[in-house]
Amino acid sequence: MKRFITLVLAATALAAVPAAAPAQVAEIAYDSASPLTLPDDIYLGEVAGVASNSRGDIFVYTRTGHPTVSLGTARPFAHGGSRLFQFDSSGKFVREIGKDIYGFLVAEQVRIDPQDNIWVVDQYSNMIIKFDPQGQVALLLGRKAEAIPLPVRPAAAAPAGGGEGGGGGAAGPPGAGRPSDLFDRPTDVAWDAAGNIYVADGIGNQRVAKFTKAGVFVKSWGSKGTEPGKFGSVRGIAIDAQGNVYVADGGNKRIQVFDTDGNYKREITNVGSPRALCMTSGATQYLYTSNSNPPNNIDTAGEIYKLRLDGTIVGKFGRAGKLPKEFGTVNEIDCRNENTLLVGEIGNLRVQKISLH
Amino acid sequence: MKRCLASFSALALIMCVGPAFAQQKAKAENVAEIPYTSVPNFLKLPPGEYLGESVAVATNSKGHIFVYHRSANTRLFEFDQNGNFLKEIGKGYYGFEFAHSVRVDSEDNIWTVDEGTNMVTKFSPEGKVLMVIGRRPPAVDGPVTFPAGPNKPAQPYVLCRPTDVGWDPQGNVFVSDGYCNNRVVKYDKNGRFVAQAGSEKAGKGPGEFNLPHGLQVDRQGNVYVADRTNFRYQVLDNNLKPKAIYDNVGVGWTACVSQGPHQYLFASNSNPNGNLPGSWAITGEIYKMELDGTIIGKFGHASKEFGGFQVTHMMDCRNPDEMIVGEIESWRVQKLMLHPEAMKKAEAR
Repeated sequence: MKRFITLVLAATALAAVPAAAPAQVAEIAYDSASPLTLPDDIYLGEVAGVASNSRGDIFVYTRTGHPTVSLGTARPFAHGGSRLFQFDSSGKFVREIGKDIYGFLVAEQVRIDPQDNIWVVDQYSNMIIKFDPQGQVALLLGRKAEAIPLPVRPAAAAPAGGGEGGGGGAAGPPGAGRPSDLFDRPTDVAWDAAGNIYVADGIGNQRVAKFTKAGVFVKSWGSKGTEPGKFGSVRGIAIDAQGNVYVADGGNKRIQVFDTDGNYKREITNVGSPRALCMTSGATQYLYTSNSNPPNNIDTAGEIYKLRLDGTIVGKFGRAGKLPKEFGTVNEIDCRNENTLLVGEIGNLRVQKISLH
Repeated sequence: MKRCLASFSALALIMCVGPAFAQQKAKAENVAEIPYTSVPNFLKLPPGEYLGESVAVATNSKGHIFVYHRSANTRLFEFDQNGNFLKEIGKGYYGFEFAHSVRVDSEDNIWTVDEGTNMVTKFSPEGKVLMVIGRRPPAVDGPVTFPAGPNKPAQPYVLCRPTDVGWDPQGNVFVSDGYCNNRVVKYDKNGRFVAQAGSEKAGKGPGEFNLPHGLQVDRQGNVYVADRTNFRYQVLDNNLKPKAIYDNVGVGWTACVSQGPHQYLFASNSNPNGNLPGSWAITGEIYKMELDGTIIGKFGHASKEFGGFQVTHMMDCRNPDEMIVGEIESWRVQKLMLHPEAMKKAEAR
């Protein structure tokens, strides 16, 4: 009954002021600090990913350095453009992981699993890369397209056989539109209690893909659309202790909740256009979701919501902007500590440490 | 019901995508399993270095291992016989853009085949460039999209995404060429054009190819071609006339002919990606055959875990019981110890 009333209120609010979030949401007081100390020769670019491990070490997956395209036969090859850095809990630089690795093109997300493995999601190499805590490659999902379409996407005249894996030809991203084990601009990764892997896929595809712990493709669900179980774009994913799968359906301005087999359960709305999701641990879990502003506009949105798992809003904080305590296109939130968040921003090339009061 | 329909149409969509995404179970049945183990932590990379797509592996007469792989940039690494990193060859070399094959000839020269530059390069054992076949198109001409319709007629010295290289005992050079041509070319040992089988056009007949993806030559000078999109291996004689077709071991992905007095042919039914759940169950194994096509046994399976294969791209079988296998999608090189004698005992019981 309570949920029903909330929904009615929300619908009314939306009808009256379509672009704005409900006005009655409580504001959470907070402070901001700059948690990282960078060596002189390292610059952060767009901070697409930030996450901490069980020791409090901080990992930053950032779009920086020199993205390059070189020409081979008649195919342009894309290289570089993103780097993965590790800092200790005091913010001191520790090391770089994955320097010059094949799958780093456009950083999207970094997540740390319960065993402290480091998972990287790259939006344009279309790969999920699992590093063990020592920084060695432990598992790979998806495959980087062999070449990129430049200057125009060619007609369907890719050479015989396409790419190596059958999917990497010149005709477009490897996983485009196919419910297979390839991705098209994936955005996030999460795990259930058994270690099964869930990939938010993503901006090109609109689905969730499920793999076993060993990387065997199990199934996928979702396609482009507005109905329950369909997605406008899949921007983030998080799983609670009961095995509910929360999917940020940014394109449809909602979070959809599924079981681990992909059966639709419910949706959460009134939180803007969800992008970064973070599920807290502990006895009572909360879900953070960002209503990130577009990279080229700081005059709209930008706030982060704290939700109970039933979808009710605890409160919100922040707005789009360039000052400390403001946010420039939040792309990842780390909430290992419920009230001390790490927030990675695309627009401001930085990580903020946010203390909630 | 709605869910059922949805998944049914998804299946239909995939099946309509075409041969690039097809996976075929090998026709050969009741093939004995050859027991094998994979050597743990075999290749030891310097700190901070990673292998990329490990598409090409080869050994020289000393057992050194060469890995030609797609990292952020394509690179060629040399390891000793125990897997210790020795050196990088060709750092910054013009002919490296997108690795496809590395092979070592009988004089320990190292040959790379690069499908990004269209160049086949012969390096001395020390890593000096001795000869090249093919030319890299100048980058300042800009990217060229593939035109619709048939490829242009294949020219003797213009390769189009070549895939592999081999030699007969006289030193003649054989190149499988490749992704946009569909031919095998024979050059003499000085790189002068001699003959070709196939053409720029894909075909299904004997002596025609649809993506010749791997190539090896036996001691008699016969040429074994992995005719990938035709799901077969073709054997050509030394003048490139078709001799035999082996179409019972799945996709013709890559071939390896062992050395020693009794030569064997290894063939991989590799498991490319872009597939629905279940496809790994019927692919990924490697066949050991006599040169005449008689199947001796098989080993391996599709998996991302250690000991399994995630798209085998090239095999070294200098010693047929100690194989080096390079995989595309696990960015990994494994050394396998095969135990065919154990297989025979199991059969005798």
